[in-house]
Amino acid sequence: MAFINLQNVTYQYPLTKTPVLQNINLQVNEGEFVAVIGPNGAGKSTLCYALAGFVPHFFKGEISGSIEVAGVESSKSTLDEWVMNVGLAFQNPFNQISGAKYTVFEEIAFGLENSGVPREEMKARVEEAMKLTDISDLADRSPYSLSGGQQQRVALTSILVMQPKLLVLDEPTSQMDPIGTREVFSVVRKMAEGGMTVVMVEHKMEWIAQFADRVIALKDGQILLEGKPNEVLTSNILAENGFGVSRYTSTAREAKKQGLWRKENLPVTLDEAVEGFVKRDE
Amino acid sequence: MKIQIDNLRFTYPTGLEVLRGISLSIEAGEQVAIVGQNGAGKTTLVRHFNGLLQPASGSVMIGDWDTKKTSVAKLASRVGYVFQNPDEQLFSKDVATEIRFGPRNLGYSKEKIDELVTRALALTELSDKTETNPYDLSPTWRKMVALASVIAMDTPIVIFDEPTTGQDAVNVARIAHVIAELHREGKTVITITHDIDFCAENFERVIALSKGQILLDGPAREVLGQEEILAQTYVDPPQLTRLGKRLGLKETVRNQDEFLSAMRK
Ligand SMILES: Nc1ncnc2c1ncn2[C@@H]1O[C@H](COP(=O)(O)OP(=O)(O)OP(=O)(O)O)[C@@H](O)[C@H]1O
Ligand SMILES: Nc1ncnc2c1ncn2[C@@H]1O[C@H](COP(=O)(O)OP(=O)(O)OP(=O)(O)O)[C@@H](O)[C@H]1O
Ligand SMILES: [Mg+2]
Ligand SMILES: [Mg+2]
Repeated sequence: MAFINLQNVTYQYPLTKTPVLQNINLQVNEGEFVAVIGPNGAGKSTLCYALAGFVPHFFKGEISGSIEVAGVESSKSTLDEWVMNVGLAFQNPFNQISGAKYTVFEEIAFGLENSGVPREEMKARVEEAMKLTDISDLADRSPYSLSGGQQQRVALTSILVMQPKLLVLDEPTSQMDPIGTREVFSVVRKMAEGGMTVVMVEHKMEWIAQFADRVIALKDGQILLEGKPNEVLTSNILAENGFGVSRYTSTAREAKKQGLWRKENLPVTLDEAVEGFVKRDE
Repeated sequence: MKIQIDNLRFTYPTGLEVLRGISLSIEAGEQVAIVGQNGAGKTTLVRHFNGLLQPASGSVMIGDWDTKKTSVAKLASRVGYVFQNPDEQLFSKDVATEIRFGPRNLGYSKEKIDELVTRALALTELSDKTETNPYDLSPTWRKMVALASVIAMDTPIVIFDEPTTGQDAVNVARIAHVIAELHREGKTVITITHDIDFCAENFERVIALSKGQILLDGPAREVLGQEEILAQTYVDPPQLTRLGKRLGLKETVRNQDEFLSAMRK
């Protein structure tokens, strides 16, 4: 059975007049890495909240359908129980610092401390997680005097360190430098290979195509397309619906008209692009 | 209005020296992108332009004003700054009030304020959201409000700190349009960005910062082609530049037009 199972989920916030999620059906297997893309206001963050239990436990509003993770139904669970399995990195990393801790190390250890993990194990896990996100040198710094990208790394690390069964990441690389972004994708890929289930909202198509197993394209609260990264990300439907595309894709689409792209499928990654472009004189 | 920075050094009260001898000048009307690794000092650098931070040594001149001898309030008439985190910037109860605040503070006439606000709303396509509380908007729209409130101040120098984060294709195009408009009006635009494709498509000059020093500074084509040096500050060249290299194109290409015309040669 699927690890995440959403059946006909329709949801609206107390103040919205129309549903923000409409009839969402989604199954994700354990250890799968799914990327969610979509224009602003599509409902990506709301979907993250639904997976993380904030909808409906925190945001209230009207919900129908069922949300199941690891065989447990959200409506029959409490938020406290739910967060034992699910970790969410919020879209805005600036608001995610606990406010209770003086150093980055303690900030990241906060969750483990609360769940009673022994001191030695805690220390080892925090150090390991900080290595993954390349922030070991920030350990003794104050969590309040960090750059944007550093804050985002700290926020991400404090979720990773909990090793949740389901990792929900809402634009986790929005403040990160380009090479750091690629590294985060690669770390997340490794986590998924280790059995963690990952749902990640992102705009960076090149890395989605390279690292994710599946892509969900969301628009106006509905799933517009779903499938293998290359298929979804090169679809004309995306370009027509205001989704961003990789430069490789948009350029190959144009090059095809000029006879400079020789393959049937369009590229999303650099390697795919290298294989299909032809110079005029070749 | 020229910006002239000489041997700027800056250390935070925590003892961390973040800017280690920066010298650069930016002429009136230039479009400059600043790129570089997380923690390189990009935000710290631009916060010196409007006096939010003061040099430990060296100097920052905005036209004929030395930022050390000029108040933040006064500098606001020359330098507009859109924060990386919009929540540090927004405090009004609705979008219209937020956007009026800046120009009103600069003492413009009512007619001029009305005109500037209307234009800022139109450029950012926020006209239908004037009565909304900024905090009821998503982070991406809050960033657009922050942008609009700075454009409305009509300063000769405008600084954007990561304007495109989280924005969809339509909003990114809108921001590119705003930058082009400001350029047309002769304003200096300085943009910090990790979005290298956006940088390649919209800026003529690129400065790469690394560990508080300038690593590269020059025309976008030259800077963005230096793959090995950029990697020192965790930056990849633009997608089409990387592709051109892999395909063995002789010249560095930055955008679709350049790429396709090089392929046709
Ligand atoms: N707390 C809330 N109360 C009322 N409406 C909300 C709330 N949060 C989001 N919405 C509305 O729900 C819709 C979907 O928002 P959501 O934040 O999920 O979109 P998104 O795809 O994450 O967008 P973005 O790319 O801007 O982050 C939008 O119309 C938004 O205005
Ligand atoms: N208020 C502060 N007090 C002490 N150190 C700070 C403060 N703000 C930033 N720093 C440190 O100064 C260095 C430069 O930070 P800055 O915000 O300028 O980086 P940045 O280049 O803008 O990075 P990013 O791309 O992540 O936004 C970082 O090491 C950061 O941790
Ligand atoms: Mg969102
Ligand atoms: Mg910054």
